[in-house]
Order: sequence, then C-alpha cells, then structure tokens
Amino acid sequence: MPERRKVVIIGSGPAGLTAALYTARAQLAPLVFEGEPSSTSDQPGGQLMLTTDVENYPGFVDGIMGPELMGIMRAQALRFDAELRTAKVSRIDVTPRPFELWVGDPAAEEPTALADALIVATGARALMLGVPNEDRLIGYGVSTCATCDGFFFREQPVAVSGGGDSAMEEAIFLTRFASKVTVVHRRDELRASKIMQERAFANPKIEFAWNSTVSEILGDTKVSGLRLQNTVSGDASEIAVNGFFVAIGHEPNSALLKGQLELEANGYVKTFDGTTRTSVDGVFACGDVQDHYYRQAITSAGSGCMAAIDAERWLEERGQ
Amino acid sequence: MSEKIETFTDATFDENVKASDVPVLVDFWAEWCGPCKMISPVLEEIAQEHEGKIRIGKLNIDDNLDVTRRFDVMSIPTLILFKDGEPQVRLIGAKPKGQLLEEISAYL
Repeated sequence: MPERRKVVIIGSGPAGLTAALYTARAQLAPLVFEGEPSSTSDQPGGQLMLTTDVENYPGFVDGIMGPELMGIMRAQALRFDAELRTAKVSRIDVTPRPFELWVGDPAAEEPTALADALIVATGARALMLGVPNEDRLIGYGVSTCATCDGFFFREQPVAVSGGGDSAMEEAIFLTRFASKVTVVHRRDELRASKIMQERAFANPKIEFAWNSTVSEILGDTKVSGLRLQNTVSGDASEIAVNGFFVAIGHEPNSALLKGQLELEANGYVKTFDGTTRTSVDGVFACGDVQDHYYRQAITSAGSGCMAAIDAERWLEERGQ
Repeated sequence: MSEKIETFTDATFDENVKASDVPVLVDFWAEWCGPCKMISPVLEEIAQEHEGKIRIGKLNIDDNLDVTRRFDVMSIPTLILFKDGEPQVRLIGAKPKGQLLEEISAYL
C-alpha cells in the first residue's frame, strides 16, 4: 500500500527545506523526496551544493559555504521531524485526489506515496552548450562544477562560458588556481550584477573574449583548447586551455511536471496571483522551478515558506 | 566515519590497492567538494552490504597529489575500481546508489 501524507515535498534546496521546516512545525509531518546524488544540480541540497562562499544569505556575517548552509537547513528540518528520503520522484499524477507519486519504476501500477497537498521545489539545473566533444570530455577538463574541479587547474589556463553572475563567480573563483581565466561571452557586455562585473574587471587574471561563442571543444583525451566563433564577423579562432567551465544559464527541472501543471513557454511552472498556487488546486510550487527572475537562495527559501503557508491554509480550509 | 571505509594516502596506496585480494574502490575526494559529501553515506552503505567482497577507501586529493596525478584525476568525486592493482572502472561525478552498484556489479 502506498503511504498517504498530508504534505509531500519534491526537492531539498532552500525552497524544499524551508517548506519542510514550516510544514513540520505546523505538525503536518511532511515527507520530502530530496533527490539522489549527482553532480548536475538536481541532487539533495540543490544548486548550492556546487558552490563555495555564499556571501548574500542573511544571518552569516562572514559568509558560509554552500554545502554547509544546506547541511544546516537539512538539520533544522529534521529537528522538527520532517522525513527526508534520498530518492528521486520518477512520475506524478495530479488528476486523482490524493495526488500520486512514484519513485523508481514510473510504470509501476501502484504509486509510492499519496499526498493531500503537494509542494514542488525541484529547482533548476545548469545548461550545457551542446557542442562537439562536450559530453565526452566531462571530467577530463570540461566541468560543470568549478568549486569541485578548479583545484586541478593550478597554474593552467582555463575558460568560462557565460556573462551572468554565475559565470563571473566561477571565473573569480578559478583565479585562485588558474594561470589565466578567459571569459567567453556572446555579446559585448555582461549581464552580471555591477559588483560581480567590477570584481571580474579588476582581476588581473581574467580576460574577456567578447562577441564569441564556443563552437567546439578541442582535445583527444583531455581538453586542450576551444574553437571560438566571433558572433559579429563570423571569424573562427582557437584558444589553448586545459579546463572549460560552462555557466551560460539554467533550465527548470520541470520534465516531471509536463502535462500535469501549467508551465510557462520557457518551461518554468506557472504560479498565480503572487502566491505559490499552480494550475492544479492543492499543488504549490516554490524556488527556482517557478522563478527565472530572482533565482537567489533567499528568495527561494522565502517562496518555500510561502508554499508551506499556502498548503497549510489550503488543507485547513478543507478540514484536513 | 564508519570503520568499513578505509583511508588511503600516497604512502599507503600501493600496499593497500595493489596487494588486495578483493577489488578496491577508491574515492578521490576533498573537504571542499559538495558532491563528494553526498556520496559518502552511499559508499558506507555499499561497504557494509558487500563486506568481504569489496574494499572501499577514501583518498584526500589535497593531501595526496601523487596518486591523484598518477591516475589523471581532474574532477571530483572520481571513483576508480581497482582489481589486481589495475584500474577497471572509472566513475566521474556523484551518482545515485543504484547506478553506482550497477557500474561495479561485475566486480562484486
């Protein structure tokens, strides 16, 4: 028999764990499917597990390491008896009441869990470029996690692709190790925040390849360089690097929700009236899976709190 | 840390891995690596469930650069399964337990 819960939460980044904390304190005994280990950001703890210093989460004067912050949030949710399960939800069906969730075989006849209210906090993941050799050279110079792999490029030239805050953060972090960091960006100006831009421009180890895209990653058994294409002139060129870090943006982890919840054209979950309500009554969405604008740990945690309160009141109205 | 998980260093790597009668899974990790922390509990479970059939040891890359370089580790976590001292399977990045077990199942 599938177990029935008042609240089930999918995801365990700042949004999922804050929703867990609040619903646990409201005596709703939430069950959290926290995901499974991976290095591509849909893992327990979410995207912060792949970062280092978090300097803008209020309450930590000197900053805190991403994984440490998530460890604290997890412990805090557990303190109030939220149940966290290291498993990935493979399918949901939000047509019946209670809602149905599967772990493991999505074709299994019987769901794994039933939820009166469902909170979706599946987050977002880093986009890859999709250029030749990218997949083959992951772990051999192509990295999705600068904080994990920067160490291996001591005194070597590396490149970062992207022009946003994450790209600048990675580039600045990589200057601790690399001899030179080339930021490859498709336009002639950055999208990153002012403070990150200033830091990047002031760093003598960072160079910029403006109006450029990566058309191919070069290397036989390890990355040896990049082939670039100029977006204005169309000219091709090559740069020699031993490491390549991709930071071109994010996409929501919403594949699970397709056909179940109304999504925006860009794949993010639609929420309504400034709340966390989705197109399905009783299903709430919070964190990066429904936010392509702010995308901060603190806004994510804030919307996790909103989802918990929305779910709690919704259950109350139904006398559940 | 469980006593089932061993700790290898540059100095002890060869005697432990080369001379082992059973396959040895080596976890290249570091304190500052989030995904490495995620797979720690998974490795402890595997070590307990398959005791006697496989040995699992952690190698801190910060402190043990020789072995790290010898096997060209450029990303962590990297797991390398050794049999008779030779690398057989190489897994890059954190992976769920089921997938990990599947990749090394031929050696259990």
